[in-house]
Amino acid sequence: MITDVQRLTVVTGDSGETTRLRKGALSLLAHGLLTLASILMLYPLLWMLSASFRPENEIFTATSLWPSSWSIQSYIRGWTGLRIGFDTFFLNSLIIAVLAIIGNLATCSLAAFAFARLEFRGRRFWFAMMLGTLMLPYQVTLIPQYVLFHQLGWVNTFLPLVVPKFLAADSFFIFLMVQFFRGLPKELDEAAMMDGCSPWRIYWKILLPLSTPVLATAAIFTFIWTWDDFFAPLIYLSDIRTYTVQLALRTFVDSSAESDWGGLFAMSTLTLVPVFIFFLVFQRLLIEGIATTGMKR
Amino acid sequence: MASAPSHEVAQGGSVAGAAAPSWWAAARSKNGPGYLFLLPWFIGFFGLTLGPILISLYLSFTDFDLLTAPHWNGGANFVRIFTADAKFIQSMRVTLFFVIVSVPLKLAFALGVALLLNRGMRGLPIYRAIFYLPSLLGASVAIAVLWRQLFAGNGLVNQFLLNFGIVGPSWISNPRYSLWTLIALAVWQFGSPMIIFLAGLRQIPLDMYEAASLDGAGRWRMFRKITLPLLTPVIFFNAIIQTIEGFKSFTPAFIISGGTGNPINSTLFYTLYLYQEAFGFFRMGYASALAWILLVIVALFTSFSFLTSKYWVHYDN
Repeated sequence: MITDVQRLTVVTGDSGETTRLRKGALSLLAHGLLTLASILMLYPLLWMLSASFRPENEIFTATSLWPSSWSIQSYIRGWTGLRIGFDTFFLNSLIIAVLAIIGNLATCSLAAFAFARLEFRGRRFWFAMMLGTLMLPYQVTLIPQYVLFHQLGWVNTFLPLVVPKFLAADSFFIFLMVQFFRGLPKELDEAAMMDGCSPWRIYWKILLPLSTPVLATAAIFTFIWTWDDFFAPLIYLSDIRTYTVQLALRTFVDSSAESDWGGLFAMSTLTLVPVFIFFLVFQRLLIEGIATTGMKR
Repeated sequence: MASAPSHEVAQGGSVAGAAAPSWWAAARSKNGPGYLFLLPWFIGFFGLTLGPILISLYLSFTDFDLLTAPHWNGGANFVRIFTADAKFIQSMRVTLFFVIVSVPLKLAFALGVALLLNRGMRGLPIYRAIFYLPSLLGASVAIAVLWRQLFAGNGLVNQFLLNFGIVGPSWISNPRYSLWTLIALAVWQFGSPMIIFLAGLRQIPLDMYEAASLDGAGRWRMFRKITLPLLTPVIFFNAIIQTIEGFKSFTPAFIISGGTGNPINSTLFYTLYLYQEAFGFFRMGYASALAWILLVIVALFTSFSFLTSKYWVHYDN
């Protein structure tokens, strides 16, 4: 490394001293820029957090992040701010998210295994179809799906939000898992096949145990996207007892936005907490998951 | 459905050989396991994707209102959309403006910060995490609520401006600025393309830069002649993904405008207009026509991008 730098300086004709100074100044400038950008990016979030702990009368007068006195009144008020407590909404969101994770992991990995590892007639064609659905705007299937679920009597239940996940409807995760499976050595399956292993056993006993990183990534993204989803609950859930946290927040905005900002910020903050925890704990997996989707293997 | 696969394969030409005699024979052959593993996906693909696409094409030529049976009305929906629907034009304008402004800005920020971080900076994981966080949280209602407050008349932005003696307008209720607040929200979430850029930058071999600097190339030249060309696949990927995301954007506009797309339809995203038609007025046939127009636009855009990509995207193979 050091020799590289020396070689470069020789070539560019700079003396070592000025290069080092320039490098230091540049790096200081870069750090300054990045720190400034970080503060700018995080300020709104921190401000909301602190606003949720402020006394109500202070929310719109103070720009500092530190409340003059801490109060959890907003949380108490907000929790029961709607006809039904937020415990119901959190529970609903949690149930939907957990079912979505199970469905996605089970069926997307099945499909991905077929695409990545099995030989069958039409594989390339169906794989192309699957990639095509990645780009599909959901609006074009929305209305017939709604009619279908409506006629099945599924409106105001969690089924329209959950059943599609058990039919591998999230092609993104199939794609992600195909990418991962393709990176695993093919000799594994071939050896197992020689020993008379069925495809099912290869999938269940060999590939899945090796795939915990991608399964975890898929689970985390499924959780976050399902938790944050607003559109599908908006369409299918109109009974307040079935509301998810996102729908409940929206109702909160409509019913009391101008009167109870404190309660609104408190509940908004709470709905972000699970995603934030996932972010803290699984940051590495999330970042790798995002990075690999853009890479060719 | 039974004969569809082999027929399509014959067209795709991916597998040579005679067509299977029957579905049952095919299921027992070596093709069986593949289709068995794909069974849930097949049910989803036909039942929730392909079937609905075709049905919505049919519905787009009807006056379907969810309650009564659909009546064929020829191309009346499309005629009205293209000749007598000011809201269609407005929502198209809003969406295109949003996409054309927010996507390049977002990508520019993502690339700029990725380049800075890629210089082997100390504290990279911390910066990366901070910049990535907004794109994880950004889709939620809570952030839209926060944004609504930030850019309100008495919001945080104006309180900040007041320190400099500037009395700001209510950004979200002024049609000149309302869309810009949504663009700011989109750009704020530059973290996820940034991470993809970082991964792409890391794949560029270091010895290319060494060779170039031995030849006397400066920083800017190396960026233009090495970094940028080798990064074009990633730029292309990010541009496609972000554009499609942009077309799909719904929640922020819905929450910030209270579902109306106001002030004076300045934030009436195409998705929002479609939602109003379908689930506000239950004009499902009309909304299906709108959905199909969106599909055609997205398909045209995507194929145009892929066709032109060979002139500027550099693949090494």
